[in-house]
Amino acid sequence: MLAIEPLIQLIDLGKEYISQGATIVALNDINLEIFSGDIFGIIGMSGAGKSTLVRCINFLEKPTTGTVVLDGNDLSLLSEKEIRKLRQNIGMIFQQFNLLMQRNVEDNICFPLEIAGVKADERKKRSQELLEIVGLSDKAKSYPSQLSGGQKQRVAIARALSTNPKILLCDEATSALDPTTTSSILSLLKEINKKLGITIVIITHEMSVVERICDKVAIIDNGELAEQGSVENVFSNPKTDAARKLVYHNNNAVMEMKGKRCIRIVFDGKSSFEPVIANMILECRTQVNILFADTKDIKGKAFGQMVLQLPEDSIQADKIINYLKNNKMIVEELIDYVN
Amino acid sequence: MLTETMINEIINGTIATLYMTIFSTLFSYLFAFPLGIALVITRKDGLYPLLGVNKVLDAIVNLGRSIPFIILIVVVIPITKLIAGKSYGPTATIVPLVIAAVPFIARLIESSLLEVDNGVIEAAQSMGASIPTIILKVLIPEAKTSLIVGATIATGTIISYSAMAGAVGGGGLGDIAIRYGYIRYQTEVMMVTVILLVIIVQILQIIGMKIATKTDKRIRN
Repeated sequence: MLAIEPLIQLIDLGKEYISQGATIVALNDINLEIFSGDIFGIIGMSGAGKSTLVRCINFLEKPTTGTVVLDGNDLSLLSEKEIRKLRQNIGMIFQQFNLLMQRNVEDNICFPLEIAGVKADERKKRSQELLEIVGLSDKAKSYPSQLSGGQKQRVAIARALSTNPKILLCDEATSALDPTTTSSILSLLKEINKKLGITIVIITHEMSVVERICDKVAIIDNGELAEQGSVENVFSNPKTDAARKLVYHNNNAVMEMKGKRCIRIVFDGKSSFEPVIANMILECRTQVNILFADTKDIKGKAFGQMVLQLPEDSIQADKIINYLKNNKMIVEELIDYVN
Repeated sequence: MLTETMINEIINGTIATLYMTIFSTLFSYLFAFPLGIALVITRKDGLYPLLGVNKVLDAIVNLGRSIPFIILIVVVIPITKLIAGKSYGPTATIVPLVIAAVPFIARLIESSLLEVDNGVIEAAQSMGASIPTIILKVLIPEAKTSLIVGATIATGTIISYSAMAGAVGGGGLGDIAIRYGYIRYQTEVMMVTVILLVIIVQILQIIGMKIATKTDKRIRN
């Protein structure tokens, strides 16, 4: 296999703020590689540092340590002017859309082209093409205040794409939208990624967004990179606390069960088509208690986890574990899970 | 009743008031606009943070705003003479009017520009916009409505200041109101001048608000 250079490289990236005399570490020693054509999700709880991280990618925030290498250019070695020039090749969309309220849709889309010094007639032509891509050709002369949230985000996407960027950064781009609109915006992003080959970096706190469209994911917790890998791997077998917290959401009910053995079964897309639990109960002739279950469809394959409370009889419990293992399930005993 | 000479005097006074107001406002904006922009961009969270400069500008603006106008007119007489050649009359009054209005208008501009959503500025930065581009294409256009409302307030304030300058021979309607209405007890002259000032301010206010509303694209229609 050929070694492909990553499009975006974060190297030992760190960011500190000084706030009222105290130093706050927003990011610490982040190393990430994002390859051309990826849809890369960066997920974390609010305050984890993911917004700072995405702003470091285009140097809206200058990292205090480490650097960012974009397409071979080390940003920390570039002048302000060179960075501005480089930003013209990185589109960015935001949670609050950030459209110019006193400009109509067409002029909003033309704005990055104005900055890049493109001639007026070319700008107009390009904005019409983009409006077609985002499905808003009839809204060219409308003002942002006349549009819905989803339409505003479509305009923002068109604006971000106007300079034909290689990279599109999305900062919580769907967090202000309802589920249906979120879905349509995600489909649009996916389509753009496929058709135009743009590398997309998605910052979000919503698992569903990552599941829906990302190929790879990185989990940011407390300013540090907790875990990264393919979406399938990270979500079906989270290794760190931060990842588990995100994958299992809320598991207070599990916490109340004390002194019992628990196991977690992972459905990895292969075995979800057969009724595993029902067969197991019939086979082992014993009861289990389902403490937690969360299965979902990720890109056509079924994934999920289930936490089972085993019977007190250790022979029966071992029998269940063996049954599952024999059926090629990923089984993990959760000794520390309940106490 | 008003004599014909009196009526002519009042007409000339109205013209003088409008003359002082228009030119004072124009000259004030010439200085206040860069000052207001500087106040905004040199802030700690501004586009070009320069805390020292910001503090100095802030202090100058506060100083300018805290001196009573009637005192300011007298204090700046040497400057007025230097620029206008004399210290009385409508043209000379423009000098202290501008000096008094610049800090006030700079504050109005500052607060208008601060209303612009930081997210929009950040979006422009993410597109690679330079600071001058952001000022000219984002800050000012997005703050347009608020700036127009501010200009209406500023012009109204300059009209009332110009009337105050009448106390020291500034010319215009205020001058007439004081000389004839106050000193010579010609109440009807005072009434007429006051009514004229009210009408001028009222018309200005209506026009200003109309323009502001009409050009604001944030309103759904």
